[in-house]
Amino acid sequence: MSRQKNQNYKGHGLPKGREREGEWDFYWCDVSWLRENFDHTYMDEHVRISHFRNHYELTRKNYMVKNLKRFRKQLEREAGKLEAAKCDFFPKTFEMPCEYHLFVEEFRKNPGITWIMKPVARSQGKGIFLFRRLKDIMDWKKDTRSSDDQKDDIPVENYVAQHYIENPYLIGGRKFDLRVYVLVMSYMPLRAWLYRDGFARFSNTRFTLNSIDDQYVHLTNVAVQKTSPDYHPKGCKWMLQRFRQYLASKHGPKAVETLFSDMDNIFIRSLQSVQKAIISDKHCFELYGYDILIDQDLKPWLLEVNASPSLTASSQEDYELKTCLLEDTLHIVDMEARLTGREKRVGGFDLMWNDGPVSREDGAHDLSGLGNFVTNTHLGCVNDRKKQLRQLFRSLQGQKKTPN
Amino acid sequence: MLQEESDLALIIAQIVQKLKGSNLYAQLERQAWASLQRPEIKLESLKEDIKEFFKISGWEKKLQNAVYSELNVFPLPSHPAAPPEHLKEPLVYMRKAQGSWEKRILKSLNSMCTELSIPLARKRPVGEQKELLNKWNEMGTDEPDLSLFRPVYAPKDFLEVLINLRNPNYENGDSHSFRTHLGLIQVPLKVKDIPELKEFFVELGLTAGQLGIDDSTQVPPELFENEHVRIGQKVLSEQDSAAAQQYIRQGSPTALRAELWALILNISSQPEDILYYEQLKTNVIQHDLLVDSLIYKDVKLTASNDDYYFVFEDYLYQVLLCFSRDTSVLGHFAYNSASPPKSYIRGKLGLEEYAVFYPPNGVIPFHGFSMYVAPLCFLYHEPSKLYQIFREMYVRFFFRLHSISSHPSGIVSLCLLFETLLQTYLPQLFYHLREIGAQPLRISFKWMVRAFSGYLATDQLLLLWDRILGYNSLEILAVLAAAVFAFRAVNLMEVTSLAAAEAVLADLSTLKVMPLLQIFLFATVT
Repeated sequence: MSRQKNQNYKGHGLPKGREREGEWDFYWCDVSWLRENFDHTYMDEHVRISHFRNHYELTRKNYMVKNLKRFRKQLEREAGKLEAAKCDFFPKTFEMPCEYHLFVEEFRKNPGITWIMKPVARSQGKGIFLFRRLKDIMDWKKDTRSSDDQKDDIPVENYVAQHYIENPYLIGGRKFDLRVYVLVMSYMPLRAWLYRDGFARFSNTRFTLNSIDDQYVHLTNVAVQKTSPDYHPKGCKWMLQRFRQYLASKHGPKAVETLFSDMDNIFIRSLQSVQKAIISDKHCFELYGYDILIDQDLKPWLLEVNASPSLTASSQEDYELKTCLLEDTLHIVDMEARLTGREKRVGGFDLMWNDGPVSREDGAHDLSGLGNFVTNTHLGCVNDRKKQLRQLFRSLQGQKKTPN
Repeated sequence: MLQEESDLALIIAQIVQKLKGSNLYAQLERQAWASLQRPEIKLESLKEDIKEFFKISGWEKKLQNAVYSELNVFPLPSHPAAPPEHLKEPLVYMRKAQGSWEKRILKSLNSMCTELSIPLARKRPVGEQKELLNKWNEMGTDEPDLSLFRPVYAPKDFLEVLINLRNPNYENGDSHSFRTHLGLIQVPLKVKDIPELKEFFVELGLTAGQLGIDDSTQVPPELFENEHVRIGQKVLSEQDSAAAQQYIRQGSPTALRAELWALILNISSQPEDILYYEQLKTNVIQHDLLVDSLIYKDVKLTASNDDYYFVFEDYLYQVLLCFSRDTSVLGHFAYNSASPPKSYIRGKLGLEEYAVFYPPNGVIPFHGFSMYVAPLCFLYHEPSKLYQIFREMYVRFFFRLHSISSHPSGIVSLCLLFETLLQTYLPQLFYHLREIGAQPLRISFKWMVRAFSGYLATDQLLLLWDRILGYNSLEILAVLAAAVFAFRAVNLMEVTSLAAAEAVLADLSTLKVMPLLQIFLFATVT
């Protein structure tokens, strides 16, 4: 990645300029640094930082649920039940312990279904477990008093109980989830880009509901799978292109179009639901990692949104994906002010939402009539980013030369 | 004329003989009897009426497909008096070479057997049977100790055998001339040159639309793709094997591929087929074969380590274990130069009454064998259908890639075709590689033996296999191998060792198959 030398970049993996303490133009920061320093750091006009101050409105499971429920109610008031139903991509979730009674009510209405308990703020599959009986939570509540989680000191309030999706789509008998990258440049107005590449992460063991204690079967995070005795160092990921082709050969192109359009709906609606809550700051941008689960009816479900998606690579392919992702992110952040701001595609990113749906190049309309957004997204499609970048920068240079 | 007529009569007689024992015959008979109830069938014109009925109800189409399938698979007899060995392989020296190669494999298998003191076959105790039945859908989770097992042979061992093939009747002069030892294959077989290949693969030409080229993002779909998909759907609705085979020469749309392949291979999942598969599954559960461990090892070494096929590990066991017990596969040895290895019940060595074929299907797997099945998992998800498709692909095509024969699609001919193409059209490259000790065949052999499975990206591989089905020939593998060398020629000219040449050609996963083939066949100035 070649950058101009007079810019100072701070953060992991990027070439460092001459780093004078406190003087940086671009910071790929940790959320912990953000928490401590953002409020009392002065930033010049051109400075960019890679997180929004209160990103947790979207990325902590309990806040996200709250925001989504609120947004859904608002939509129902304004546009009716049908429109609100489009927000039903999140499995029923209850915050613990404040919504415990609501949870018990729902639990009793659906006996025998499986629930999953997740800590709101941890990642990589830590602290998650499945249960079917209320007794299991009682035991767990007692256990956490004396468990070795003590040092992390997560109080019981910071958990959510969520309906576990029991009919996930399986490939080769294995469960998987999808990791998709969404870049948000601003919330007011909402400008979001979708990266064409991503991957499907497979669980190493075969899916069965018999062993809900087997973490390895149910949790698809690579971090968890890495500790599984079956883990092969090759990694258990499929690039999204492969996944899209597989589905197309099994279900036909139309079903796949519908699925991916439903996923676009998830991204946009989830961002819309926190639009007003997030403190918009022109210095901030954020690259989110969305975790999506597909069920057997080809319906996508949102599992969670990550503000700091893992950028470590598990294989050569993974490494290439992540470096290109970062490179294109930096192109869009555009510290060098090369872009005009009217681009609909930069490298592997397609502009998905620009204070309104962004139309496709081919002007396609929503044929399903469901009012889904027919956005300018190409998830899992061919990513000829190098060629596109060449063309883009060549034309930008040309524009600069010709006086207007 | 008379000769042709009698040839035709012979062919018809043979096909009728073959179909008489098949399920289709029984179904047609039943249908014919049932049709007597229908009002339009009259006694005076019984024959014509029933024929008409068959035409309308689609049974004639099924019969047509079955006949077409037989014509594709079974070679036509050259002479009514030809002995059955000639059907397997007309050249004596090839037969001999295949025979001695088989002896070597069997010896290796037997010695592994005695070394590890594992029986070739044993009946599983009831407890073990139950366990396996429970684990049937997830055999990949099993981690048996396979460290002592070795694959019986690897492609490079087989290559050595082919290099040493000589025709005793062919004497090309006393001295080692330059020409005779240019390539590795030294047998004089007839292979096509580019003008003949151009004619053979005419549908791949520059003026015809292709999937793999004309469906790329820059090309508007109205130009070719939409119409091609429409024709594909029509072919499927007509259920016509021959039309499907012609159609698929220009590639198959992703959504239609599974059905098209099944139509071309004349596979329809009847209840009998599913039952047959279940029967094979029971055989697997009841008896354990030494070959099973070889299969396990192969899957673990190859498919499980592949970035894309690891997901299908379980399916591979379900297919390959059943495959090794399927005695119907023995039928293909009638036209395969190979013969199934025989084993004798303990203590009765040499007594024919106690001879059995081992493994029951007569096919001993080698290193990389499971890669024949892996790409099919992309298309078929129901185990019995996946099994049938694989079995048919094996007895039509794949067996030729590891048996010594003079057939134009046999591996010997493919190797010779590859070398000849390279020598004729890229002589400088060939000479350079030979000089640095990097004979091109040493690198491309493994691609051809595996039909490029595991080397190309899956979507490209499926486009390639579309054409194998469409042209009913494996020659395209040799052409593609040569095209790959042509594509990387500039880099290859700069290398100075075999290892460096291997490195240049190590990663084929970014290659687009159809443009390469088109350029090599139709756009290179010769």
